[in-house]
Amino acid sequence: MIQVVLKIEDLKKNYGKAEILKGISLEVKKGETKVIIGPSGTGKSTLLACVNRLVEPDHGRVLLEGEEITSRNAHKMRQKIGYVFQDFNLFNHLTALDNVRIGLIKVQKLSKEEATQIALEQLSKVGLSEKASLYPSQLSGGQKQRVAIARALAMRPKLMLFDEPTSALDPELIGEVLSVMIDLARSGMTMLVVTHELGFARTVADEIIFMENGLIVEQGPPALIFSNPQKDRTRQFLRKLTELYGEERIK
Amino acid sequence: MVINSLPVLLKGTLVTVELTILGLGLGFLIAVPVSFAQVYGGRVARLICSLYERTFRSIPLLVLLMLVFYGLPQIGIRFAPFVSCVLGLGIRSSAYQSQIFRGAILSVGKGQTLAALSIGMTPFESFRYIVFPQALRFSLAPWTNEFTIVLKDSSMAYALGVVELLRQGSYIISTTYEPMVIFLTCAAIYLLMTLSANKLMGYVEKKLQIPGFETKEVSH
Ligand SMILES: Nc1ncnc2c1ncn2[C@@H]1O[C@H](COP(=O)(O)OP(=O)(O)OP(=O)(O)O)[C@@H](O)[C@H]1O
Ligand SMILES: [Mg+2]
Repeated sequence: MIQVVLKIEDLKKNYGKAEILKGISLEVKKGETKVIIGPSGTGKSTLLACVNRLVEPDHGRVLLEGEEITSRNAHKMRQKIGYVFQDFNLFNHLTALDNVRIGLIKVQKLSKEEATQIALEQLSKVGLSEKASLYPSQLSGGQKQRVAIARALAMRPKLMLFDEPTSALDPELIGEVLSVMIDLARSGMTMLVVTHELGFARTVADEIIFMENGLIVEQGPPALIFSNPQKDRTRQFLRKLTELYGEERIK
Repeated sequence: MVINSLPVLLKGTLVTVELTILGLGLGFLIAVPVSFAQVYGGRVARLICSLYERTFRSIPLLVLLMLVFYGLPQIGIRFAPFVSCVLGLGIRSSAYQSQIFRGAILSVGKGQTLAALSIGMTPFESFRYIVFPQALRFSLAPWTNEFTIVLKDSSMAYALGVVELLRQGSYIISTTYEPMVIFLTCAAIYLLMTLSANKLMGYVEKKLQIPGFETKEVSH
């Protein structure tokens, strides 16, 4: 039986009068990677933030492996959900190593030795063993984002959420982050990724979700969405994206 | 003569140091909850606290001291001169210190807290392990500044007759008639204390030094 890791049911969110999410439902099964694309201001970040309750939704449910995430159990459930931010948000006063292990020590209460071992393992997975003792201000953007990914992975999450993880990066640094994400997707991690890197989507996504104005307009496998989208809006948006970004950043 | 007057002046210095430490300490104790309420509190708490802060930053210290020492007894609240001075210094310093702490907490940035929450920390843990260590570093330089201001302003206790450094100095002058030398000696003692305070805090800052935290400072 294929297990549903993330289930979002009719999620709604308003800011004042503005309806940001107007009823979003989706599922991510174990090992799947789903990519969300859509114009700016559409509510993509809000959707991800509602999943781990960094933002409190007004309506609807979010279930992780069948268990509902509520504001009450949020801080427990968040340990099982890795979150990667657009602007990294590494802890500025901690070294790369401490960034990765602080959650293990303070949240999961592992011993320092155990935490260090896991943290070093994760840093080496993202190719940053040598940078373990450096502070965020001493790392490049791409390195920061890879540390942030290691920090999330160290908690052994069931699900990884990525919110435009490469859009704050210089073009020449995007590749190194995407390749870490591709490895991760191929290793069987369950991922929900907001990105406009279509090369990434084409390579590893099981499904593309096109969102606009707080609603899912269209979703389907990349082959279908890219070559033969059913909705005009999807087609227009993809054309604009390709013009803006170019297409292939991954070889 | 300077040598002869030193023991007496040092006795005054001790009182000055007491005033400074107690004033700063009281200010700190009030400033911490005030700055917290300003950052994390609801609208009413924020309003009350910023009113408090503005009010006590606007009243000259001397006026505040007069109010505490001469004004309050009229409504039946009476403090000794020394206690009045500690209260005056502490209340005013709390207004400045709360501004320092609020600025320091805010300059840590929302993303740090979000990241802390995202790995499963509780709001308290996020503050304790992520926000506080950074805010501490941001607040050290302006706090050192506040330290020296309270130290210097403790001389206003003179006005209420507290026998601190400056008043000891003027007692000596009333028998020696050497205001220049004695006041210069007082000035030198203040200078020495201010320099030591800066040195000490500079040392603490160095101990806590982290790459990336050198340039950011909160304006005072
Ligand atoms: N805290 C908030 N208060 C009020 N409005 C908000 C808040 N957060 C987001 N919004 C609004 O919600 C809308 C959706 O924002 P969101 O960040 O989710 O969009 P997005 O699809 O991620 O866009 P982008 O591609 O630019 O990141 C925007 O119009 C934004 O202004
Ligand atoms: Mg966004």
